[in-house]
Amino acid sequence: MKVLFHIGRYLLLLRDTFSRPEKLKLYWKRTVEEMDLLGVQSLGIVSLLSVFMGAVITIQTKTNIDSPLIQAWVVGFATRQSTILEFSPTIISLILAGKVGSNIAAEIGSMRVKEQIDALDIMGVNSAGYLILPKILGSMLFNPFLVMISMFLSIFGGYAAGVGTGIVQSADYLQGIQMGFNSYHVTYALIKTVVFAFIIATVSAYQGYYTVGGTREVGISSTRAVVYSNVVILIVNYALTQLLLI
Amino acid sequence: MIEVVGVSKRFGDTQVLTDINAVFQRGKVNQIIGKSGSGKSVLAKCIVGLHRPEEGRVLYEGRSFHEMSDDEKRSVRQEIGMLFQGAALFDSLTVLENVMFPLRMFASMSKSEMEDRAHVCLKRVNIVDKDRLFPAELSGGMQKRVGIARAIAMNPKYLFCDEPNSGLDPQTSIVIDDLIKEITEEFGTTTIVITHDMNSVMETGENILFIHKGRKWWQGGREDLLTSDNKELNEFIFASSLMRQVKKALGH
Repeated sequence: MKVLFHIGRYLLLLRDTFSRPEKLKLYWKRTVEEMDLLGVQSLGIVSLLSVFMGAVITIQTKTNIDSPLIQAWVVGFATRQSTILEFSPTIISLILAGKVGSNIAAEIGSMRVKEQIDALDIMGVNSAGYLILPKILGSMLFNPFLVMISMFLSIFGGYAAGVGTGIVQSADYLQGIQMGFNSYHVTYALIKTVVFAFIIATVSAYQGYYTVGGTREVGISSTRAVVYSNVVILIVNYALTQLLLI
Repeated sequence: MIEVVGVSKRFGDTQVLTDINAVFQRGKVNQIIGKSGSGKSVLAKCIVGLHRPEEGRVLYEGRSFHEMSDDEKRSVRQEIGMLFQGAALFDSLTVLENVMFPLRMFASMSKSEMEDRAHVCLKRVNIVDKDRLFPAELSGGMQKRVGIARAIAMNPKYLFCDEPNSGLDPQTSIVIDDLIKEITEEFGTTTIVITHDMNSVMETGENILFIHKGRKWWQGGREDLLTSDNKELNEFIFASSLMRQVKKALGH
């Protein structure tokens, strides 16, 4: 019953979030600010992770399929496929759920316990729309760029590690990353990214918006935002893979 | 004028307010007083529409707030200014941006007109040269004054103040009380102050509602406070030795 209560309240919050904005211009300005806060400021961690994950995928693939029967370009091919299909859209989204999700829940939760959301409501501002909609739009618009950058850096990281350590020849790796390329896989990854961005922003905002208590509860909301976003992302990842790839 | 008619509110099995009836007059400082946990803040939240009462109605100029459409509620809310206990200024905005916020959301003004209006409000509460500071850089008293400036930015018809003196030293408390009183007279607002600060009650209270155990226990002017024979009201007012001495000195 408690789950149904939360799902119902989450849907009601979404209804309020997507109701008519007071001033479109102001909402757009806030959306751009959120793109910077949630997206641009995540570039560093996304880049770092992507380069090293790509390097690890390449090394692990090479050490696990080191057989004369398997062609040398397979390492590049496997790195590309792992990166595009799963690592960049899903793992990066899980990382962003930790960084961005906790940030959203803490910010909105703090505003709730400091009565700033009540202040917005009393002024006649649609607090859900004003606070949450720009975060949803900012994440959904910017996360695909983050994931594309991640794809590039991960494949590059694999190249640097493979060629740098001499376990893969440059020509073989480059041949592998071009082999049997299916552009639909990038589309699939970007669809997943946009859906995951929506989940991160809304689940985290929900946790923050309904925080009751003080600073301790803000911390609890933050933790819940990360845990629930991750769980929902993993379930939806399975559903989307089933729907879009099979 | 705001009227509260038969308002009852409960949370789960806990009855917080029972059948509250009161009239809050225009151009006067109306006060809701009572012990902590008596239900005065819940009553205020029912009046401003943050809580919906299970029974009863809240009338703004005779119109029932909870029966209004969303658009009507929004337009009434734009006529409300509220000073919160902790000021509730937006942390990420500067002092000037905080005061300009309601104007940016609802007023059809140019940016320079908004800035001019915000400066007028800030000057009214004696805040000058603090435009670019953030709320965290201000003292508690200054935050409250900026909160008042934001509350009056839209020329409100109704002004709510939730524990305006909490956490302030006696001198700053008097400054805030005087400001609330002056603004009420100047703007002709229906002002409702939630407080348990007896100094504030004696200084500014014109129409006082005493809430006890979620019920309306007493209502009257400040001159009637000291002579009332209401047992619970007397226990509340004369809890401090200072107030007992005042009573004695006045020969009551």
